[in-house]
Amino acid sequence: MSAVVAGASAPVATTTRRPRGGLFRAILRNRKAVVGAALLLLFILLAAFPGLFVPSAHHDPQAIGDLPLQHPSGSHWLGTTGLGQDVYAQLIYSTRESLVIAVVAGLGATILSVIIGVSAAYLGGFADDGLSMLTDIFLVLPTFPLIIVLATYAGKGNLTVIIIVLILTGWSYGARQMRAQALSLRNRDFLESARVRGERSSYIIVVEVLPTMISLIVANFLGAALYSVLTAAGLQFLGLGDPNSLSWGTMLYWAQNQGALVNGLPAWALSPGLAVALLGVSFALLNYAFDEISNPALRPVRRRRARSAS
Amino acid sequence: MRYLIRRLGFFVLTLWAAMTLNFFIPRMMPGSPEQALRERFSKGGSVVTPEQLRTVLAEFGFDPGKNLMLQYLEYLKSMVTGHWGVSIGSSLGAPVTSLIGSALPWTLGLVGIATVLAFVLGTLIGTVAGWRRGGLIDGIVPPVFIVTSALPYFWVALLLISLFAIGSNPILPNDFNYDQGLTPGFSGEFIWSVVKHGILPASTILVTAVGGWILTMRNNMVTTLAEDYVRMARAKGIPGRKIMFGYAGRNAFLPNLSGFAMSLGFVISGTILVEYVFNYPGLGYMFYNATVSTDYPLLQALFLLVTLAVLICVLLCDFAVFLLDPRARTKG
Repeated sequence: MSAVVAGASAPVATTTRRPRGGLFRAILRNRKAVVGAALLLLFILLAAFPGLFVPSAHHDPQAIGDLPLQHPSGSHWLGTTGLGQDVYAQLIYSTRESLVIAVVAGLGATILSVIIGVSAAYLGGFADDGLSMLTDIFLVLPTFPLIIVLATYAGKGNLTVIIIVLILTGWSYGARQMRAQALSLRNRDFLESARVRGERSSYIIVVEVLPTMISLIVANFLGAALYSVLTAAGLQFLGLGDPNSLSWGTMLYWAQNQGALVNGLPAWALSPGLAVALLGVSFALLNYAFDEISNPALRPVRRRRARSAS
Repeated sequence: MRYLIRRLGFFVLTLWAAMTLNFFIPRMMPGSPEQALRERFSKGGSVVTPEQLRTVLAEFGFDPGKNLMLQYLEYLKSMVTGHWGVSIGSSLGAPVTSLIGSALPWTLGLVGIATVLAFVLGTLIGTVAGWRRGGLIDGIVPPVFIVTSALPYFWVALLLISLFAIGSNPILPNDFNYDQGLTPGFSGEFIWSVVKHGILPASTILVTAVGGWILTMRNNMVTTLAEDYVRMARAKGIPGRKIMFGYAGRNAFLPNLSGFAMSLGFVISGTILVEYVFNYPGLGYMFYNATVSTDYPLLQALFLLVTLAVLICVLLCDFAVFLLDPRARTKG
């Protein structure tokens, strides 16, 4: 079964345990990580204190104004919607829901992949066969169509449903990676000694195995969050979200619905998409940086390798 | 041989799982198709008799009086034999199979060409970037394509529309598959129209899909280049180009092949959004329409078809890896 994703980007197991603080310093030294982290920090600020970034006249982003379909101007930086709402205010206030979807769904999917992947590796035998089979099946099922089917049946617009569906469809890739790494750890000495000490399996998994997998887990969370951002925005864009909610996908839905592009208002149609893209980019940059940190072979090497290759 | 048989078993099992999901999801969820149907019909102003409703639902496989297990078996049988029922959506009463048949070629042409192109281009660029580690291309590739691979499909589509299709003199059309005034046929005018209408959606897919291939191929190359046989080839003085493609590239490419099959699933996901933005009458747009009009039979059939397509691709790639990679043969 393993052939399905064998090595699609097989993680190289980090064999040494990193000293505390090493991960943090490694992030600071990686340019991609710094850019990604800065972007993410900005979005967290926007989500936490949207009022700080919006002129006080537009503190209610849903307020219906009397100037619909305005071009960007001094009073409406990105113009107005078909109902005269301020696009810029909507954009800033939408950060929160979009970020929450990404983080919650990303966390949920990661937790599920850790549980399934690690227990498959640790239990072995029949349980492993069953869990691996389940993982492989979810891996090849086309997720976005499945999400659309689920969201349609479950009633459109329910945020909880969207998040649960994102988790259910987003865990399989990570579970496969977790299983691979946990397998490579399984027969290490420090685990053997814990077993000899008579520790329970649950203790060994939580205290001994998981800490060594931290960088893979973080990378996984970032990947799952990226997937959730893009997928949720796509769902909402198609009108399968709550049309009254404040999120980038919903903004895009209304922009498309009210013909923003045809009416010559590209700022309205493009800015929420740009926000989705930037949040996605920040996750992707961090994810890639973590790959480099946990797999030294991928780090940019400037002089030595370049010479030997030519 | 055992390897192939195992893969075939996986194929059947996954298909069965997809069909089972397809059957149980609507039955687990709140709201019933009966309700949805009644609302649909009454919205159109026509009064529907309980008999009519029951007939339509029976076509769809819903019969509240019947044993669930029996319904399930019947459903499986009709899915396998291609009796996918009739649409209960906007094209009420049309057989699902013929609806799909009319949309399929457009998606296959558009998405098929764009996906293969993205894969070939991405693999080539990735090979070169990984080979010239730290060189000019490698300096540009990772940062740029990390960014493009994180862009939402639909946003790229909107961007392209606003750049090329909107304004005082639009260069390219932004919706449909050909000029609606033309009659389909093998005329130059018609073909040109089809090509013109395909450029923007295809570019959207290309832009968002190529980055992933470049990055994975580059990383595979980098890992492969550290192998001993590459060092040995260098020591033997084999020309660089030959090592790049024949030694390292060939082996770095194999894992990508199975990734390619799986990515088709994601491309189909992307098509829904791309075809929606461009009003392109393919399967993706049909999928969208089916959700809007809660056309359960069509939705079921489309999901099954998409799953089947991905599974067939995965299976074909397994065969290809089996043929190309002696290691896979001996392992199984």
